[in-house]
Amino acid sequence: MEFTEDQILRYSRHILLPEVGGEGQEKLLNAKVVLVGAGGLGSPVGYYLAAAGVGTIGVIDNDRVEISNLQRQIAHNTKRLGVLKAESAKETFETLNHDVNVVMHKERLSSANIKGIIKDYDIVVDGSDNFPTRYLVNDACVMLKKTLISAAVFRFEGQVMSIYPGQGPCYRCLFEVPPPAGMVPSCQEAGILGVVTGVIGTLQATEVVKAILGIGEPLRGKLLLWNALDMSFRTVKVPRNKECPVCGEKPTITELIDYEQFCSMSH
Amino acid sequence: MPIKVRIPTPLQKLTNGKPEVECSAKNVAEMVDVLEKDYPGMKDRLSEGGKVRRFINIYVNDEDIRFMNKEDTALKDGDSISIVPAIAGGR
Repeated sequence: MEFTEDQILRYSRHILLPEVGGEGQEKLLNAKVVLVGAGGLGSPVGYYLAAAGVGTIGVIDNDRVEISNLQRQIAHNTKRLGVLKAESAKETFETLNHDVNVVMHKERLSSANIKGIIKDYDIVVDGSDNFPTRYLVNDACVMLKKTLISAAVFRFEGQVMSIYPGQGPCYRCLFEVPPPAGMVPSCQEAGILGVVTGVIGTLQATEVVKAILGIGEPLRGKLLLWNALDMSFRTVKVPRNKECPVCGEKPTITELIDYEQFCSMSH
Repeated sequence: MPIKVRIPTPLQKLTNGKPEVECSAKNVAEMVDVLEKDYPGMKDRLSEGGKVRRFINIYVNDEDIRFMNKEDTALKDGDSISIVPAIAGGR
């Protein structure tokens, strides 16, 4: 691949890194990454991936921008209130970098559409806001063997884990089933410090870029826990669960499940 | 030196906002009982029928008790326990 002069300048700080170089930049430009949600996590992930020159970024979101989103969802702005988040994110990411093609998926994920959407991407980034979607995304990624960079936030803390199906644990190895309705308060009930989504989202973006470049050690088999209040980063081990219902030795989940939308909010 | 227990944000209501508490217990099951005594309501949030709830993991140092001796996993002074619930926020 031949870089244009603009591209050599734009990506010069990447190309200077021996671990990236022209070859790595080419991998980024050829990569296809899909974001589940263009909200608190999806905004910084998409922003940094666009800046990095990830050539194709899919955005799955059917919500519209609301004023209460703008405390943290930096892909959107006040002028775009009422606009579909997928459209707003496309505008933001493509304005930052014309090398990026943002593909909009203006639909809510379900067992019926998820495989058809994610099959064309190399990496899936989960920034969803509810358990049914998290389990749906995990199970679909395991079934299609897609790398999944998963993260979640709650008030002042966040969790990040990279899932490489077949090579490490999945989300169900970590938490086998979603909590029952009402056991875990939603973001809307609980609140979220805006910048927490920024920290966790950029950690996710880091894992995506490393996965594309094939450098460093991914958060595979490890869960990263971050707390804003004491600024602590901790990792705990996540072994593969032989009895995992979706990626274990005798899987019992062989079809996708639509859990009830018991904890959805802002929809 | 007692055992240190990291309390996740969703359960800090029960510990008056404290992110870390100390206790003494010989195994995880006993730790849950001791926490219940000090912070009533904790046992029900953490366990059901004597088993840790499936959407909550307990780590001794950085090891998941599900892959050790589960609720019988032995604890010793100086251990650092993390209680980690599934969280789902992202938007």
